[in-house]
Amino acid sequence: MSSSAVSIDPKTASLWARHYPGHDFIGTRTFGFWLYMLTDAMVYAALFASLVVLSHASNMIGGPTPKNFINPIYAYGETIALFASVLTYGLAMVNLKKGSRSGVTGWILLSAILGVVYLGLSITDNTHLFQQGITPQTNGFLSAFFAIVIYHALHIVVGVAWMLVMLIQIATEGFSQNVVYRLINLRLFWHFQAVIWVFVFVFVYLQGLLV
Amino acid sequence: MFVHLQGPWSPLLGRLSAEQLPFLHIPIIEYTFAVVVLLGLVVVGAVTYLGKWGYLWRGWLTTVDHKRIGVMYILIGLVMLLRGFADAFMIRLQQAMAVGPHSPGYMGAIHGYLTPFHIGQIFAAHGLIMVVFAATPLLVGLMNIIVPLQIGARDMAYPYLNAMGLWLTAGGAALVMASLFIGNFAHGGWYGFVPYFELSYSPGVGVDYWMWAFQLSAIGTSLGSINLIATIVKMRAPGMTWMRLPIFTWASLSTNLIALTSFPVLMVSLALLGLDRYLGTHFYTAGMGGNLMLYNDLFWIWGHPEVYFLILPAFGIMSEIIPTFSEKTLFGYATMVIASFAIGGVSWGVWLHHFFTMAAAPSVNSFYSVTTMLVGIPTGVKVFNWIFTMYRGRVRFELPMMWALLALFLLLVGGMTGMMNAFASNDYMWHNGIFVVAHFHMMVLLIAASIFGAVEYWFPKVFGFRLEQKWGKLFFWFMVLGTGFVFVPMFILGLAGMTRRLDYIPYAAWAPYMQIEMIGIALYVMALAFFLAHLYVSLRDRSKNLAEADAWGTGRSLEWMTHSPVPSYNFAITPHINTRDEWAWRKENGLTELHAGEYEPIHMPKNTGVPLVIGAFFFALAFGLTWRIWWLSLISVVLIVLMIILRSFQKDTDMTIPPEEVERTEKRAIDTLYPSSRADVPVYPGGTVGTATAYQRLSASEDVGVSSTGTLPHASVDR
Ligand SMILES: [Cu+2]
Repeated sequence: MSSSAVSIDPKTASLWARHYPGHDFIGTRTFGFWLYMLTDAMVYAALFASLVVLSHASNMIGGPTPKNFINPIYAYGETIALFASVLTYGLAMVNLKKGSRSGVTGWILLSAILGVVYLGLSITDNTHLFQQGITPQTNGFLSAFFAIVIYHALHIVVGVAWMLVMLIQIATEGFSQNVVYRLINLRLFWHFQAVIWVFVFVFVYLQGLLV
Repeated sequence: MFVHLQGPWSPLLGRLSAEQLPFLHIPIIEYTFAVVVLLGLVVVGAVTYLGKWGYLWRGWLTTVDHKRIGVMYILIGLVMLLRGFADAFMIRLQQAMAVGPHSPGYMGAIHGYLTPFHIGQIFAAHGLIMVVFAATPLLVGLMNIIVPLQIGARDMAYPYLNAMGLWLTAGGAALVMASLFIGNFAHGGWYGFVPYFELSYSPGVGVDYWMWAFQLSAIGTSLGSINLIATIVKMRAPGMTWMRLPIFTWASLSTNLIALTSFPVLMVSLALLGLDRYLGTHFYTAGMGGNLMLYNDLFWIWGHPEVYFLILPAFGIMSEIIPTFSEKTLFGYATMVIASFAIGGVSWGVWLHHFFTMAAAPSVNSFYSVTTMLVGIPTGVKVFNWIFTMYRGRVRFELPMMWALLALFLLLVGGMTGMMNAFASNDYMWHNGIFVVAHFHMMVLLIAASIFGAVEYWFPKVFGFRLEQKWGKLFFWFMVLGTGFVFVPMFILGLAGMTRRLDYIPYAAWAPYMQIEMIGIALYVMALAFFLAHLYVSLRDRSKNLAEADAWGTGRSLEWMTHSPVPSYNFAITPHINTRDEWAWRKENGLTELHAGEYEPIHMPKNTGVPLVIGAFFFALAFGLTWRIWWLSLISVVLIVLMIILRSFQKDTDMTIPPEEVERTEKRAIDTLYPSSRADVPVYPGGTVGTATAYQRLSASEDVGVSSTGTLPHASVDR
């Protein structure tokens, strides 16, 4: 027997947890979502590593270098929109603590609109590039470049759709356990995408300007 | 937008046409197809005849019960293991026939009976199936069943997600099976090569099948890993502190941390290949700025940790079986935990040893050479811990223990030859040779051995009766013999310079070795027959082999503290944990009441058909992508998203089992335990562990001592 057993008196030890309340529902749900975000972080890590590997001059095969085509103005606008959206989502969570349904709904709606603004800018920027013949099919470097940019934009699409679903659920269910844990998970998702955007901005756009 | 493909394509069926159905014109596949159709008809007919469709739907297909999901994982694993073995049989037969320039050819082959294209597919399918669709589901299934029981939980943290992982894995397995009869499979090895797997060199659907099946199982496994980690972290019963966790649960935690972090990298490596093949990007292409090494690095950054993802649960199984059958607590508990995590950590820094010969600098090769050898240290710690556990224990050589010891032996052989491979200089001589193949087969066979041990060990817990021993022992010994006959010659040929994946062997001098390997395969076939007999006889005589809660009499952890078979809610009342090896401690102190009266309502999740349907749509999505049937893929994606959203609106997802029903179930559990001797067994509310244990029936009673199992007057019922 392990030594720890000695210290426990079998005559008084408690054997069954009667009326055990079970496990913290919201805590369990949000913990799992953190784990999910970790898998997404690994996907980004692999994509960024691919970008580094494919950023050599030989991967551009004489095509346009990032310096030639990256437009920091768009990226700057996207940054503002995304960070403003994160702020408004944060304010929605403040209202969740207060239990204000209209507050949560209003701020989430604003976050979703800012997400759409981001998407609008991103689509305009990338359409311009496509029109100039700068596409993922051009060379290895551009494949990796667009893979990251588009994968990130897809997350914004998912986030906005999720917000719309939550708006409906808040309206129909109020702040039920399910709604609350989903709002907390969505906050994590949304903030995570903003953090990733910092990396995209630094390693894709800013570094691109220098190369 | 999509890459232009040459050859016929129609909007309705994509690339699919009658010529793509090989079972219409290739004899081997014709027969296989006939057998599969016949088997399918028999199963469907039997279920219909017995009127079991409702039971199948309610009890299994829509279940979220972790034990049943685990059983279904294991069934998928066993079926795919059989398929993988059939592939191995065909490979061995070809290599035994096609030796030397004068060897005859049949059925369109110049030598042997398989054309190079066909045997290429078999090699690729064998590897992918054994790693991803046999070993992985078998181990995930075992963890699914045992981990919640060992930590005293009612279910996994996310039962719905659990079912989703199962049906994604099933979808992937179904896709591999579909490739047998519709189209063809990848023909370049299970881990793929670029640029060979790029569209310009492999324009067929085989690579797409391989890629999407792989991708589905990767998604399923990483969902499963989230679930198991959250379960272990969040769902432990009160008192189950970290240092009281059973070692199998520790191993599951460490192995799922590996899966959680490594499978996303696999998804990326495959997705980038998919982008190349479908959208014409240039991640891995030769020319146009692609980088061939990127694929190898990404793939093996997953590939090596995957090896430990498979082996750590196997180590966990051995760590459960050996103490139970040595009647001692596990030697060096803390070092076992540290070793598991050390192996998990080191697994991330060794991937480059899979391509030592790809002209990295000597310093780089040396680094990966050294890190690879480092794995030997924590593994060695584990080996010694197991040996010291047995030392001066009361060792019983029952079937689970025999398998565990076989696994230990194979670990030594595989580990030592692994050390030989770890030297980059050695690898330069036998890279892509069958010495390496024989080495990693030792490792996967050790995993298989511990899986068979685990099935023997936990079978009574899940089904309520023990497996018989006679045919099981024949199965065991023929597996040992088969392994020796197949792999000893393979090691010798590997050192002689034979390379892997040959469809024709030019040296007639190697023929005897090939024929010895064929004898080994014959022994394996006999082992398979004994395995089936083992199952059949056990099933037939199940009423004679009914198991108590503590089926082996010397169980130590929590899963032996509830009825066999386990009720849907696992424990009528959540146990309170006082020590490591709680059940052994309770037995020593005569606290063997399973629980006692005053049942409480139990909150459980409801069955749902949504995961099954989503899994089916994922299959349709992957099938549509493989054959480039765009409408099918599009519809599937839309329906998957829609199903997920609609499910989130469902409020009626849980139910409560009333106390009366718990009581009924508990009373019934006693009835099935003691069908004949009810009169002389004192019946306690909620049942007891009974009078005689397996151990006492097997050995002299004075060895047991008063403190063993269930012989003391029962201590007061509930505290
Ligand atoms: Cu490796």
